[in-house]
Amino acid sequence: MSAIDADTAAPVLKASDYKSDVKPVWCPGCGDFSVLSAITKALAELGIPPHEAVVASGIGCSSRIPAYTTVYGFHSVHGRALPVASGIKLARPELTVLAAGGDGDGFSIGGNHFIHACRRNVDMTYIVMDNAVYGMTKGQASPTTEPDWTASKLTPDGPGISAFQPLEMALSAGAQFIARGFTANPNTLAHLICQAIRHPGFSLVQVLSPCITYRPEQRAYKNRVHQHFGHPEPATDRREAFARLMDDDGFSLGVLYKGSQPVYQPAPAPSATPEEVAAQFAIC
Amino acid sequence: MSNPSVSIALTGSGGAGVMTAGQMLLTAAARAGCYGLMSRSLGPQIRGGESAALLRLSTAPVDGPDDIFDLLLAFDWGNIDRFAAELPLNENSVVIYDPGQGPVPEVVREPGPRLVQVPLKEIAKGIPGGRENMVGLGLITTLIGLDAASLRQVIEERLGRKGAEAVDTSWQAVEAGAEAATVDGLPRLDQASPAAPGSRWQISGNDAVGLGALRGGVRFVAAYPITPATEILEWMAVNLPKVGGALVQCEDELASVCMALGGSYAGVPSMTATAGPGLALMTEAIGLGVASETPVVIANVMRGGPSTGIPTKSEQSDLNIACYGLHGDAPHIVTAPTSIADCVFTAQWTVYLAEALQCPAILLSDQAMGQAQAVIEKPAEVAFIGRRKVARPADLENYQRYRITADGISPVALPGMPGGQHTADGLEHAPSGTPSTQAAHHQEQLDKRRRKLDRFDYGDHWAIRAGDPEAELALITFGSLTGAARDAVTRCAEAGLPVRLIAPRLLLPVQVERLEAALAGATKLLIVEQNHEAQLRHLLAGHIRLPAVVDSLNRAGPLTIRPGEIVSALTTLAA
Repeated sequence: MSAIDADTAAPVLKASDYKSDVKPVWCPGCGDFSVLSAITKALAELGIPPHEAVVASGIGCSSRIPAYTTVYGFHSVHGRALPVASGIKLARPELTVLAAGGDGDGFSIGGNHFIHACRRNVDMTYIVMDNAVYGMTKGQASPTTEPDWTASKLTPDGPGISAFQPLEMALSAGAQFIARGFTANPNTLAHLICQAIRHPGFSLVQVLSPCITYRPEQRAYKNRVHQHFGHPEPATDRREAFARLMDDDGFSLGVLYKGSQPVYQPAPAPSATPEEVAAQFAIC
Repeated sequence: MSNPSVSIALTGSGGAGVMTAGQMLLTAAARAGCYGLMSRSLGPQIRGGESAALLRLSTAPVDGPDDIFDLLLAFDWGNIDRFAAELPLNENSVVIYDPGQGPVPEVVREPGPRLVQVPLKEIAKGIPGGRENMVGLGLITTLIGLDAASLRQVIEERLGRKGAEAVDTSWQAVEAGAEAATVDGLPRLDQASPAAPGSRWQISGNDAVGLGALRGGVRFVAAYPITPATEILEWMAVNLPKVGGALVQCEDELASVCMALGGSYAGVPSMTATAGPGLALMTEAIGLGVASETPVVIANVMRGGPSTGIPTKSEQSDLNIACYGLHGDAPHIVTAPTSIADCVFTAQWTVYLAEALQCPAILLSDQAMGQAQAVIEKPAEVAFIGRRKVARPADLENYQRYRITADGISPVALPGMPGGQHTADGLEHAPSGTPSTQAAHHQEQLDKRRRKLDRFDYGDHWAIRAGDPEAELALITFGSLTGAARDAVTRCAEAGLPVRLIAPRLLLPVQVERLEAALAGATKLLIVEQNHEAQLRHLLAGHIRLPAVVDSLNRAGPLTIRPGEIVSALTTLAA
């Protein structure tokens, strides 16, 4: 990193400044490349120095993403990206904190954290690369898989249960910025991620990120996606947002909802030394 | 000298005010210059229900229970069968009971104590607004010779905000109780003299762990409530913000340990507290702390297990999971405080170790210590504060997070430090932090994570030692049983049987050389622990050369192991 001279403008950061030289494990054609690109573009656009941003993740193909960036990263355990990210942000509020991962990581093993992270409304952005499959374990049904998807040996007759609805869940649980993106255009996705990072509170960006290996039919996503949840402007009223979601076919793109609930950030104010605190135990 | 003390049990159903009376008695004793310990035995009810306040008061410091209770004051006999086994009596004990509450149950009568009737309820009724627990307090303080002014002071502090009338009413009840104190022969504490102001503390083990962690530099706590650890978290919720820290209540223990890891990764010393079921849930993420070299402190207050077990009662049966619960080869730290007073020190030291070694540290307290209150000497302020080896500018040139170093400790860059960007990873990694499946990387990282624990100088803090260091007979115990073990060693010495006591504070990594040195020359060893499977014995046997003859005194909770039992076991082993 070059030193920043107070008399000159800060160096302009480029997307490439946020990309590490570690080669991703992803398959050629994976949607996650596009998400990586979009995150780096968004951080550059926002001018956040790499050392002031952190990406926390769980386990899965997409959860490998921190090492592919040049920001600080924590590649944790399966399902726990959100608690790790929350801890980072609550301990160091000045950092820009992203959590990233897949649909299985976030909505199945991490489902409880997803609900409570939405409720807690810590100021951070959660990017879920949703391909409706467990790719790293070679193609099992995930929470967002269609009930009749029969391509997995684990559920040869299909999972048989209805798909998890991340945006409905996020809206119910209290997320304050809810959006859906698609990997076809990293610039559009980067713009969405910028908005999510800027919005105070917990932001969810569900990214339709095709798995061309285990879900080759997802190549057709590009023909199904369409702009807006029925309206060009995000809803700011939960009732309206729910109504729009009821008409959503799963392929609406853009910002569904922007709320304005206060951000959760305990604000400690040092007023005592540990020994002053300890005085409460003294017998006088 | 063995400890001259008086042991008192107060029992009664919900509403009798047993716990309040116990607290007031302990504080009054403290004001009068005594030391003391008060534990509690509660039933499973959420509110009310039968309860017992178990006190031991003395003019000398008290770290554990005595063999028998000198005095049992029963306000009633509700559900006495459930905890009578926790109230050992003998023919020297005095049982004071209210004849209006029915006959003395056989389980109380059987050991042959002196039975004394005092119509507590009737006496209380004679005073408008009077309460039986205040009558009981007057009775007890008079019987054991506690300074009345001390009790008066406690009542004024407790009830003063309710007005002078409330204080007067209680005081009348106390005086009425004092008049009923006609029993003799109980140990007395007349000779106590008040301590210098501020020189003594009244504190619970759980609060003491919270304070120690705060002193050690913890400023972020992620919490999920669980019996019997919740008080640590509640204390920190109130007190951490005062020193600039924060506590967050989480959705579960998986979140609380991971949030603490996040806070710690961000550079703020972090902890959580839990009990067995929560520790079981946390083990995967504790392994992440080992692999990613992220310090975190997990205070685990042990209760009866496995599964939900006996949540309200003490046991020392989480030693195995604390030492062996992580998957893979995962060297980490396990500590155990040796008394309520030592909870302050050990918690502070544990934070220091976790930070210095960039490693998870599990502190094993137990319910008997955590939820008991003690009057202690004000703990010394110790110097060490958790300090991580943070990367300097030179380290940040071509920075490698997991650089191989002689002591195994790699300088850590914290978010916000330019040039220190890296990914902390639970995947095995190259020194740079980049994930790696190479055998050589796995080997060198395993070696370094082991080396940093093995090469660290833990100093003299690794164990408490007492008794005769040259004795042929050795005694090893840990945690809250250390108090009873100390008493036993003192009594044995008085009886002409020298014993050396070793109570390790540092359970993992097992201090092989130090333990073997401490045991050198001992021919017989007794290992005392509060669990069914002799977990400490197996831990030690797996690591060190033990003396030729080894015996165990181990028992599952909730019946604590008392000094007399340890004396008997030592005497038998010596014969």
